[in-house]
Amino acid sequence: MMASSYNAKDEDGHHSGSVSHGGAGTAKSKKPDNTAFKQQRLPAWQPILTAGTVLPAFFVIGLIFIPIGIGLYVTSNNIKEFEIDYTGVNVDSPCYTCANNFSWNSTTSCSCTVNFTLEQPFENNVYMYYGLSNFYQNHRRYVKSRDDRQLNGDATALKDPSNDCEPYRKIGVETIAPCGAIANSLFNDSLELYYVEPSGALNAVPLAKKGIAWWTDRNVKFRNPAGVDLPTAFKGTAKPVNWRKPVYELDPSDPDNNGFINEDFIVWMRTAALPTFRKLYRIIHKNQSSTSTLPSGRYVLNITYNYPVLSFDGRKRMILSTISWMGGKNPFLGIAYITVGSICFFLGVVLLIIHHKYDTRSNSADIPN
Amino acid sequence: MGMDFSTLRTLISRYCVGEENWVDSRTVYIGHKEPPPGTEAFIQQRFPDNRIVSCKYTFWNFIPKNMFEQFRRVANFYFLVIFLVQLIIDTPTSPITSGLPLFFVITVTAIKQGYEDWLRHKADKAVNECPVQVVQNGKIICKQSRRLRVGDVVLVKEDETFPCDLILLSSSRDDGTCYVTTASLDGESSHKTYYAVQDTKAFTTEEEVSCIHATIECEQPQPDLYKFVGRINVYMNNEPVARPLGSENLLLRGATLKNTEHIYAVAIYTGMETKMALNYQSKSQKRSAVEKSMNAYLVVYLCILISKAVINTGLKYLWQSDPNRDEPWYNERTDTERQRHILIRAFTDFLAFMVLFNYIIPVSMYVTVEMQKFLGSYFIMWDDEMLDEELGERAVVNTSDLNEELGQVEYVFTDKTGTLTENNMEFIECCVDGHVYIPHAICNGQVMPGASSIDMIDTSPGPDAREREELFFRALCLCHTVQVKEEETVDGIKHGIHQGKSSSFYISSSPDEVALVEGMKRLGFTYLRLKDGQMEILNRDDEVERFELLEVLTFDSVRRRMSVIVRAGSGEMYLFCKGADSSIFPRVIKGKVEQVKARVELNAVEGLRTLCVAYRPLSPEQYQQVCHQLSGAKLALQDRDKQLAEAYDIIERDLILLGATAVEDRLQEKAADTIESLHQAGMKVWVLTGDKMETAAATCYASKLFRRSTQILELTTKRTEEQSLHDVLFDLSRTVLRHYGGMSRDNSSSLSGDCTDFGLIIDGATLSAVMRPGQEDSNSGNYKEIFLEICRNCSAVLCCRMAPLQKAQIVKMIKASKEHPITLAVGDGANDVSMILEAHVGIGIMGKEGRQAVRNSDYAIPKFKHLKKMLLVHGHYYYIRISELVQYFFYKNVVFMFPQFIYQFFCGFSQQPLYDTAYLTLYNISFTSLPILLYSLMEQHINMDILKKDPSLYKDIAKNCLLRWPIFIYWTVLGVYDAMVMFFGAYFLFDNTSFTSNGQMFGNWTFGTLVFTVLVFTVTFKLVLDTHYWTWINHFVIWGSLVFFVVFSLLWGGIIWPFLNYQRMYYVFMQMLSSGPAWLSIILLITVCLLPDVVKKVIWRALWPTTTEKIQVGAITSMETLD
Repeated sequence: MMASSYNAKDEDGHHSGSVSHGGAGTAKSKKPDNTAFKQQRLPAWQPILTAGTVLPAFFVIGLIFIPIGIGLYVTSNNIKEFEIDYTGVNVDSPCYTCANNFSWNSTTSCSCTVNFTLEQPFENNVYMYYGLSNFYQNHRRYVKSRDDRQLNGDATALKDPSNDCEPYRKIGVETIAPCGAIANSLFNDSLELYYVEPSGALNAVPLAKKGIAWWTDRNVKFRNPAGVDLPTAFKGTAKPVNWRKPVYELDPSDPDNNGFINEDFIVWMRTAALPTFRKLYRIIHKNQSSTSTLPSGRYVLNITYNYPVLSFDGRKRMILSTISWMGGKNPFLGIAYITVGSICFFLGVVLLIIHHKYDTRSNSADIPN
Repeated sequence: MGMDFSTLRTLISRYCVGEENWVDSRTVYIGHKEPPPGTEAFIQQRFPDNRIVSCKYTFWNFIPKNMFEQFRRVANFYFLVIFLVQLIIDTPTSPITSGLPLFFVITVTAIKQGYEDWLRHKADKAVNECPVQVVQNGKIICKQSRRLRVGDVVLVKEDETFPCDLILLSSSRDDGTCYVTTASLDGESSHKTYYAVQDTKAFTTEEEVSCIHATIECEQPQPDLYKFVGRINVYMNNEPVARPLGSENLLLRGATLKNTEHIYAVAIYTGMETKMALNYQSKSQKRSAVEKSMNAYLVVYLCILISKAVINTGLKYLWQSDPNRDEPWYNERTDTERQRHILIRAFTDFLAFMVLFNYIIPVSMYVTVEMQKFLGSYFIMWDDEMLDEELGERAVVNTSDLNEELGQVEYVFTDKTGTLTENNMEFIECCVDGHVYIPHAICNGQVMPGASSIDMIDTSPGPDAREREELFFRALCLCHTVQVKEEETVDGIKHGIHQGKSSSFYISSSPDEVALVEGMKRLGFTYLRLKDGQMEILNRDDEVERFELLEVLTFDSVRRRMSVIVRAGSGEMYLFCKGADSSIFPRVIKGKVEQVKARVELNAVEGLRTLCVAYRPLSPEQYQQVCHQLSGAKLALQDRDKQLAEAYDIIERDLILLGATAVEDRLQEKAADTIESLHQAGMKVWVLTGDKMETAAATCYASKLFRRSTQILELTTKRTEEQSLHDVLFDLSRTVLRHYGGMSRDNSSSLSGDCTDFGLIIDGATLSAVMRPGQEDSNSGNYKEIFLEICRNCSAVLCCRMAPLQKAQIVKMIKASKEHPITLAVGDGANDVSMILEAHVGIGIMGKEGRQAVRNSDYAIPKFKHLKKMLLVHGHYYYIRISELVQYFFYKNVVFMFPQFIYQFFCGFSQQPLYDTAYLTLYNISFTSLPILLYSLMEQHINMDILKKDPSLYKDIAKNCLLRWPIFIYWTVLGVYDAMVMFFGAYFLFDNTSFTSNGQMFGNWTFGTLVFTVLVFTVTFKLVLDTHYWTWINHFVIWGSLVFFVVFSLLWGGIIWPFLNYQRMYYVFMQMLSSGPAWLSIILLITVCLLPDVVKKVIWRALWPTTTEKIQVGAITSMETLD
């Protein structure tokens, strides 16, 4: 207790002024209801920020932050990341034709192939993302254009979803399931990755769909409506305008990955914070053999180009990344920690000088009697 | 913002009605009996019944009326508009976010007001239904109080309260008087005597009373408790006899009958027209300087809000000019939206932005400020150091709105008598024709008997002088309004005063008179009582002398004297007059004026209160004339006071001087210490008194207002007689300015230092000459300015010979001077009320002169010395507390809203909120509200003992210095910086990367939650940095509110909430916490946010410490050395 015994010689001896904050001699009156609280004399800790008291804190912060920062920076640098833009803006890019001949009505899908080389092998699990730029998933009209009740399998909301879904709520008399702009604009490019063996043969890299969405989303927040099977459950609803398939046929390969609990769909439904974002697409699990998950060498990315972005000047990317305990590659955090740590250290030194030059002097000089 | 529309309304009504208070008369028929034919026919007026309605609402109109009252506050109205906008147009946040807090505030206020009104209803009912005995047709019947009507004759018994305003007709006492205490009206517990109408006092049974045939004409009700004029026409045998009625005949509702068995009286003002009810009206509200700064800041923030909305709307339409951005294929508008006109769309967008950013002006600030003021005022009331053990009184807070203003006082205007001094008078000496008498025998408070107690300084007088001496003593025994509390009922036995029992005592509204009468008792002349119009005196030879009291010319502060006309047993008639020397000497034609004057001045210099006594023998003819003049004036219905004053002026002349008295009024305990502290705290203390210059100056020296080193400047009638006012003023200002011209400007802060300071003495007459608006020449307009300039440079000013209104004028003049200083007026008597009401802060002393000052004050304290703690400790604390509260509230809402503003640049200006609805709603209500409220109640940046010991610390907060624009801008810039750090910190962390070890991505709600978490912690830690006084309550609330935030977030995201149509926060908070980088970035961002403030604090403290900071550091080091 710092200010425990400031014992002022009280000039008006009337109230026996010597009041200590220690607690023992606090309340001294006949009044039974007179408490230290009422007299504003509760025992209290009275810290004061001076150069002297803050100094150690600065050094400690500096000493803790700099190592953390270095650790983060090194971790981040060890993460391997590969990114390729396949939008097809330039004439010489492989997807140029697909991008420019896009039409909503076309029934056949357009495919293009992008070749790339990984200079270094990717170890452990590799995560495959698709990235979109200039896509405002955080636009207010867009963000609210969904019905969480419908997505949670609510029978009434399935037939009569919230008005927030407008203008993607109904087609004629049939309600759209899943309704809203977010669902309607579901990213529907398919990406396939092939490793080009030194022999020249294409070796398909296995892409896992499971585990790309939050567990809680997949199991609690998103639920299919009740029904014998999915087509019956979704009976009487229409597919979103821009979709080619109804919601219960999203993943023909895995019956458990259909309807609202389709993981690609769930990932898309978590709206991104910024207009340039990436979303987890597939996971390439580490293989049992001792070889790297993605050995260095040439790769082929096969794209089924369904998703138009040129109209709003958007870009599409494919990203391959390894992950550490701190997530993906992000040098910012490490650099920030190092910077802040150094600043604190530097300030500590400055304060040390100030403390020695000024604090001691003012302390001794100006204590009032 | 907090401005009331009511101010406007009163202004308008004032212009429509005009200022004059037109009071016409009413006629009351006693017992509802028509006057005999032939007399003037009056149109019978309709009077209200005797129902008291103090409640504001009825059951039916409570909701609409209370809602209307509440939404008249601009702040509430603003939030209502925001709420309605949210209801009507499509806005980013749901109406709940602003509706819920508003609903909460409105409901709490409504419940509080409803409860108070219910209590009032109950009280009203109890009052209105209490039984009253009314005389009807010669019989007593019982009525409910509310059924009482004007003209009813009422029977009131001892210890009962008067049910309405009554004219006393007759009393059970033979002399037609009754005793009344008005304790519940004005707090004076002394018994006051009221008189029955002369012609009706014989009617003492109900049969007789119901025979009275009379009408009363009187003025329409007005709220002044002490003014009443009326006339009663009694018809004896159809002959009307007119008698004057004054306030001595009027029994007020609320007063209680004492020492009188019963009375009969007639109701003249009933119900809401009684003087008590008319006094219900609250006085105009005072607003503190802090509140004014707060409103200024609000305007700034309103501008920021509007400009934010305008900028965003503008940018939105600029950005949207590309149709692919406006409506990309993935995000189309509905048809109805498309068809809307562009201007309407722009306007709705503007409104939506306003709604999005409206939290920058928080509802909760008003609630918190109100709560802080209300709860904080309890600490003043609880303070034991402001408890007066003798009186058993604590400080009283009548308005909690001004707590912080106590820390801003620059000018203290204090009354002298009863405020600086005890108002406990002691008779010191008297002087008859130059012979001085001192009753020296006050040994240990015991009065020694016999003639030996007279100590004559001069040679013993001759027989002629002895006669004059006795006349002087008799004059003092007769010329007063003292009552004898003549009986102390012990087992029914009555002890008279002549038995020498000390159980009897004198009561008077003026302590001087008691002192004089008691002094005379010691000199051998004992005033016994007033009985049947006869004043009885026990003279030195133990004989009872009787004088018939013919007239009393009561005291008033304008005349400054009073007189009585008595007839001695021998039939001679005298007028005895006593009063201030200045009001007696000009009227004296005979007597040893020079000697008396010399003695009076000598006494005055010693600080004694002096009164002069004179007499005038009256011949029967003269008396007849006097009677005529007086009754003429008394019967007047209009301007009675003026006519009375004129009559008094004519009667009280040609006096023969007898001598003078001196009464000591001791200084209050520690008055000097208090004044010295106030001086050291940089306050200018002005003493405003009605007393003589010499007496007042002596008190000022004794109370250290003037010190030996003080150079006294005089601006008195004496000087202006020699020189013209013009010259004197210029002389003085030259003296003052020459001195200060030599000093550098910044030195003026060290006024209390060793340099010579000036004291100014001015008297009422000169002051009114100075204040008189310039008519004759253009120069006189400048007098006020020059005078103010002189006053500014004087540390102490004494204004003597002041009329009550002049006191208020001075306060007003200083208030209006160009620095607009904060003024405080402190006084104890009715004559201080005007200045108490005028000053920014009015403080009443619970003195001996009744409770009027206390009732009209903002704060009341038992003793003058309590002012020191009130200002230096409580005022200082409350100012520090509320200024931090205000700054912090604006800061935390800038930090809150600015990220949302920046976010608009990244979401296509679509008004997408950054935070979830629950966070938007609860941020100000619960996450960050309690710590600052507790801070603003508990903070003690410096120990209170140090504050008391070192008054100069008060200067550190002078001139509203914690709420000046630079500090406000610092806080705002800090807020913007913090907001930038939070937003861009989160932005770069989220930039295109995964945050989790399983590669999954976070969405916009996690982004917002991250910013919000940093926000709540930063804002709370900012307060942690500012708190200097950590009690367990602070710890509990600060850490508790952080824990609450975490627990709430876990719960809010923990389940799928039924009845909610969105689940966007589901598991967002927990997912965020499961990610390591999120933790690291939260810690990093909080550190970066707080860093500049800490560095600024530390460096400023080290390089440019304020006195406060030096002392804080000093306290620590002294502690360390102790340990």
